[in-house]
Amino acid sequence: MIQITVNGSVKQYDGDPAMPVLWYLRDLLELTGAKFGCGMGLCGACTVHVEGKAMRSCVTNMSDVAGKRITTIEGLSPKGDHPLQKAWRAVNVPQCGYCQSGQIMQAASLLSQNPKPTDHDIDEAMQGNICRCGTYQRIRQAVKMAAGVKA
Amino acid sequence: MKTKSTNTITVVSRRNFLGGVFSAGALVLGASVLPIKGQAATAGDATWQPNVYLGLEPDGRVIIIAHRSEMGTGIRTSLPMIVAEELEADWARVKIQQAIGDAKYGSQDTDGSESIRDFYDPMREAGATARMMLESAAASKWGVPASECQAKNHEVLHAKTGRKLSFGELVPLASKQPVPKKEQLKFKSPAEYRYIGKNVPITDLDDILAGHAVFGMDARMPGMVYASIEHPPVFGGKLKSYDDAEARKVRGVSKTLTIPPFKPPYGFQPLGGVAVIADNTWAAMQGRRKLKVDWDLGPNASLDSAAYKKTLQETARKACKVARNDGNVDAIFKTATKVHEAEYYVPHLAHASMEPPVAVAEFKNGKVEVWAPTQNPQAVQDTVAKAMGLKPADITCHVTLLGGGFGRKSKPDYCAEAAILSKQLGKPVKVVWTREDDIRFDFYHAVAAMYIKAATDEKGRPTAWLQRSVFPPIGSQDDVTAKYGTFELDMGWNDVPFDIPNFRAECGPADTQIRIGWMRSVANIPHAFAVQSFTDELAAAAGRDRVEYLLDLLGKPRKIDLRPPAERKGPDPYMLDIARMRRVIEIAAEQSGWAKKKAGNGRALGIAVHRSFLTYVATVVEVEVDNGKLRIPRVDIALDTGKVIHPDRVRAQLEGASVFGTSIALMGEITAANGRVQQSNFNTYPVARLNEAPVETHVHIVPSSAPPAGVGEPGVPTMSPAICNAIFAVTGKRIRDLPIKKQLA
Repeated sequence: MIQITVNGSVKQYDGDPAMPVLWYLRDLLELTGAKFGCGMGLCGACTVHVEGKAMRSCVTNMSDVAGKRITTIEGLSPKGDHPLQKAWRAVNVPQCGYCQSGQIMQAASLLSQNPKPTDHDIDEAMQGNICRCGTYQRIRQAVKMAAGVKA
Repeated sequence: MKTKSTNTITVVSRRNFLGGVFSAGALVLGASVLPIKGQAATAGDATWQPNVYLGLEPDGRVIIIAHRSEMGTGIRTSLPMIVAEELEADWARVKIQQAIGDAKYGSQDTDGSESIRDFYDPMREAGATARMMLESAAASKWGVPASECQAKNHEVLHAKTGRKLSFGELVPLASKQPVPKKEQLKFKSPAEYRYIGKNVPITDLDDILAGHAVFGMDARMPGMVYASIEHPPVFGGKLKSYDDAEARKVRGVSKTLTIPPFKPPYGFQPLGGVAVIADNTWAAMQGRRKLKVDWDLGPNASLDSAAYKKTLQETARKACKVARNDGNVDAIFKTATKVHEAEYYVPHLAHASMEPPVAVAEFKNGKVEVWAPTQNPQAVQDTVAKAMGLKPADITCHVTLLGGGFGRKSKPDYCAEAAILSKQLGKPVKVVWTREDDIRFDFYHAVAAMYIKAATDEKGRPTAWLQRSVFPPIGSQDDVTAKYGTFELDMGWNDVPFDIPNFRAECGPADTQIRIGWMRSVANIPHAFAVQSFTDELAAAAGRDRVEYLLDLLGKPRKIDLRPPAERKGPDPYMLDIARMRRVIEIAAEQSGWAKKKAGNGRALGIAVHRSFLTYVATVVEVEVDNGKLRIPRVDIALDTGKVIHPDRVRAQLEGASVFGTSIALMGEITAANGRVQQSNFNTYPVARLNEAPVETHVHIVPSSAPPAGVGEPGVPTMSPAICNAIFAVTGKRIRDLPIKKQLA
């Protein structure tokens, strides 16, 4: 039996400990904000926070998160008003939107560790998150807006 | 009806996708709520449906039907904006409802950058019809002439007396008014617009940001099981036998099933294969890895991309089928003193939308319910019906949001897979393709080998131009004997607009041993690459400035009727207008600082111009090359796309096209060996990431009152030639084969 906390509520899991967190969240908890994009940690669409830090949930097994605190996009801010969500809204970042929960979770992890990132810091932190629609320049703009750094 | 709605409401109400549109649950189902007959019919306290795209409720809510698919263009917002505009509706009281697949809406094939182009007028008419009926309802209530009543912001006002009635109050009476004829409709003047031309936040913005938006990957039906399908490793392969003993030992796996192979032509049919059924997605994928399958690989196991490329290139070196012939190219070449030749190549490409193909389907009582991220719900009806031996009317297709489409999701093979499996299982099935499935079994953008030859005068201007394009035609999906392109030749090949008296365009034959299909801007990608690279080569050979040279090639402002002579009846609002093409070049040049930024210090600009989907685009790319490493600090795109409904989404599409085009130029390549596609995920099929994409793309929209043209695709074709032209300006190296990849090292 694995015990974890998801968005503040305690959950028990007694399935295969090798199941990636992504499928536990999506298929068992019906929390579908984290997306399936590649299954290999290459695209970042599945990004969630484990103990506040961005993790690729498609390559993180349930046994790896036993006793840990997981936050998904649904739990980032109860009212959807995290500074990054507000900035994303102000800049109209999403096109199709599929990768955006992963992008926001990645950016939230960046800002929690580095509240005033440089362009280089943003490059480093965000290059693991693919957006096929190509919203990158607005992502960069929104991260800077949320961080209060010069665009 | 009750049972049907139970299934679907599970999806919608929980997710706030379609939920909340109507008060009663049963009303959520598109077709059952608005059985619109194209006439105002109902009365009393019922929903009034002046036409198929619109419903008004007595409580004042306005429901606008989005019948085209949302894959990121903003169309679920932009088309309803047009209706709301002419209706004089308050956007805050408008609810958008996604249509199911139904021919009554007209074409729902969200492809070809056509949504605004084809539905601008129907949407205006839908809104204006309802507005005029509301005005005449108020007039009859007040006993005044309708001309004295004016709809404004969800109310009808009588200015003389200061009386007003809300839209909701007028609904019962409005529904009884005569429906104005099309020629009686009065439209708002652009000066009165409150939404068109303004930036309304996209309908799904808040849901997307909160993780609540429902994509195909997120759809679910009660009692649903999950399937992962092992397709034949070679296109056209067939199952010989398989052993699932180990697969069935995986916890969560219940059984395996087979899907029959397609019968040529492949069309939109499933590829066939072995499906592993499980109670969660991961278990299905794990079980699939344990399958032992013996395949008959079939005739396409001989496909080798290197040999195939050689074949196409050799074809392009010899005379091919003439597609356009002006003047006498051969006569000029015979006596020419200066002749330039070049060959270009663009490989197969994969769409790689972030959401892989996925669908949920339930077969029940001879009918099928599908939830899918599809660009074409009517094709889902047709394809599923054909696969199941049913009628299209027996198939209900609900359209979720699409996690990207780019043309791949116009082809619903994955929906048919889910339906076929559901029938065998007797329960709803969700088919989830892995990224590897998506990359290895795509309907690929077709490879093209091109050859161009020109004779030039003393100023370096062409006196004769010959171009050949050799590529497998998309028509081969429906006709196994098709070897020559058809509509592809109208995509930047036969419509090259240069002022050259002797011009011949040819097309060569090609077979295909993998599935091909349309991808964002289709044949414009290779054609713009070849033509816009070659013009740059000619300009360089002549030592002339590229902007000046391009303008010279285009010649004097004039309009070109591209329709075949037999079809030239009446005026064509979309004639190719050289003045508009010149103008986007001039704007892109000016905005990018073309005249001031001279090449040097590893930095230079490149330009390309192209018209596709009736939109004129000029792109200037600034590149930095440092030790074989390429960086794109800035892109300037000028476009003339006629009337613009939603400027911010137009900008977004062009910003996105800049990145999509960068992926094509830098890194996109699908190859096959022994019939097997060699790429499988983002490690072997990379796409541009944040640190590789253009840092800034500036979009310059030319104000225009011309009819709306396409927006989703036309930004893509200019990117690769503009990048390669800029690289030449920096390094002197001409890149004629895409992708650029390691050619800079």
